[in-house]
Amino acid sequence: MKADQRDVLSGVYYIDGDVAAGYGALAAGCKFIAGYPITPSTEAAEAFARIAPKSGALFIQMEDELASVSAIVGGAWAGAKTMTITSGPGYSLMMETVGFGAMLETPFVLLNIQRGGPSTGVPTKTGQADMMQARWGSHGDYGLIAIAPESPQELFDYTIKAFNLAEKYRCPVMIMSDECVGHMTEKVVIPPAEEIEIEPRRWYTGSPDEYVPFKPDKDLVPRMVKAGSGHKLYISGRLHDERGYPVDDEHYKLKYVRRLVDKIKCNKDKIIELKEEQIDDADVIVVSYGISSRVAIRGIEMARERGIKVGSLRLVTVWPFPDERITELAKKVKALVVPEINYGQVVFDVARCCHGNANVVLVPHGGAGVHVPDDICDAIVSVAKEERKIEEVIEFKTKLEISVFGGGLKSKE
Amino acid sequence: MEIPKTMQQEETQGSRSGMDITHPMENVLRMDRIPHIWCPGCGIGLAVTAFAAALEKAEIDLNKVAIVSGIGCTGRVAGYVKLDSFHTTHGRAIAFATGIKVANPDMKVVVFSGDGDLIAIGGNHFIHAARRNIDMLVICVNNFIYAMTGGQVAPTTPLAAYATTCPFGCVEPPFNIPYLAESSGAVYVARWTTLHVRRLMNSFVEALNKKGFSVVEAISPCAQYYSRINRLGDGLDMMRFYHDNTEIRHGEDTKNLDIAYQGKIIMGKFVDRERPSYTDRYNEWLSEIKDDENEPG
Repeated sequence: MKADQRDVLSGVYYIDGDVAAGYGALAAGCKFIAGYPITPSTEAAEAFARIAPKSGALFIQMEDELASVSAIVGGAWAGAKTMTITSGPGYSLMMETVGFGAMLETPFVLLNIQRGGPSTGVPTKTGQADMMQARWGSHGDYGLIAIAPESPQELFDYTIKAFNLAEKYRCPVMIMSDECVGHMTEKVVIPPAEEIEIEPRRWYTGSPDEYVPFKPDKDLVPRMVKAGSGHKLYISGRLHDERGYPVDDEHYKLKYVRRLVDKIKCNKDKIIELKEEQIDDADVIVVSYGISSRVAIRGIEMARERGIKVGSLRLVTVWPFPDERITELAKKVKALVVPEINYGQVVFDVARCCHGNANVVLVPHGGAGVHVPDDICDAIVSVAKEERKIEEVIEFKTKLEISVFGGGLKSKE
Repeated sequence: MEIPKTMQQEETQGSRSGMDITHPMENVLRMDRIPHIWCPGCGIGLAVTAFAAALEKAEIDLNKVAIVSGIGCTGRVAGYVKLDSFHTTHGRAIAFATGIKVANPDMKVVVFSGDGDLIAIGGNHFIHAARRNIDMLVICVNNFIYAMTGGQVAPTTPLAAYATTCPFGCVEPPFNIPYLAESSGAVYVARWTTLHVRRLMNSFVEALNKKGFSVVEAISPCAQYYSRINRLGDGLDMMRFYHDNTEIRHGEDTKNLDIAYQGKIIMGKFVDRERPSYTDRYNEWLSEIKDDENEPG
């Protein structure tokens, strides 16, 4: 399905990432955003509030983040494509309802323009320390999708993709951007509507009497109807059977909660998007996402200038995690370098997937700023020379502390 | 005399198969979910019955009504009513319902939940939905206690009443729900006990046909916790208390509606006024936007 003409503000813009995300949401067919102001995400809400009325869309500023995310889950069940916009503290507040949305298999998008934490932290500066919260933030087991854009253009493009994935897999989709990308002003090209592919809702089209709300299709995703269409839905955040009725049995827990996890796991190959560069001859691979991947470009260039064969694996989709691809690459290279604006989050999963076949080195950054490319370059250079399993924290020239996880080289005997 | 098995079965099932007996509220209740979970002597079922009767009497399109509950004993109501039912997270029923109403203004939205869910954890959403005047009916069953979790003190527990988490008596003054609703902007506010089912139903009918944020408080016995902990007898004794200690005062100033421990309960319709609803204001504003005002850039 193509995007609606009136939702797409085709043209060439010079706007920041937040605004691009607001325009992207509208282009994706989002008709309802509920939000609560929080730096550094407010520009996205403001942009959407300004452009929404012409497309019959609506922005409502709720009393808090708990209300915002609850309202968009309600809005999604009333038939609209919905999103909320937030940052660190608001993101923490929303977590209960993220799990509720996942339990109800509600399609919705959550834009998190990450800032420095913990607590109030550094509201106006960047961070990437919500990555594990995105995956595990709400109680219980469920699957979801998280995407990390690296530029305003990508915030436009991937906001549309986030909506498409949410509709396709009926799960919360997190856009895990950060202050740096959100407040970065760049050229953004919004294509004509006919070039934008939109995933429609998985509507149930059969007779109302035969509708079973949580009976999945072959890809494990059930079909949806909206409130007010005469189906007399019963939708509960409690453990429920296929009809939506509350149940307590272990049998149902195994069956239905398992499906919430499996519908993402089994469709992983279709969901995950990676960007790989100069991988073929690489001894070292930089695994990065979001703004860190843009900084890494220069770090990699510098290391290449110094004769190191280094490639880049960019996680556009961070969750679900590309286990198989990382395992495969770990067998071919000496080390994987993971720059993150936190003290180690995604690096744990990288290390897990390496199974001891390569050194895994975190290049941490405390936040309120991004890495300098030299740090990433230094990390690459030093691990490229390392022939042994790295056991300890190495000190680099720049006095950057580098932690090592799950290291170990392939046996060279 | 020993009754043969087949006869026994006939005794118990025969009357059903022999006669065409349908529950009079089958249209509005999910009969396949009965029996419900509420304790003997509880008043929530009475409030639901009054609501079911009101749905039929209000002559509204039941396909266009959504019922949203939060968590708790009353939080289970949505699951027994045959409408588009949503059993949401604790305290967020009104916020969720706001989402439904705003995303699809054709819907009639009813929030049916308890005092703890609506006034404590959900208090912020209650006052803000009233301020916005979102077109919805909020039915608050007030049993003075957190019953689902075993009888803990609530923001509605009267001063000096006992609860498991205030074993020496409640030291906090309770909320006066009608006063809170009126001062936050509700357009319709009424209070009844679940003994007064017909008056309760009439209030539901009025509120269902009222545009704007309407609040009906239904005071209900909690025979298992509130009355047991406070040694007030069973559900029937509570009903007897309501019978002897309530007074109808329509139009009473909501300031005067505090409920003291075992004190007189003032009931009636207190507020019935007009204010433009959120949707009305939004649509009016929308029609006034000039084309060039929302250009990007």
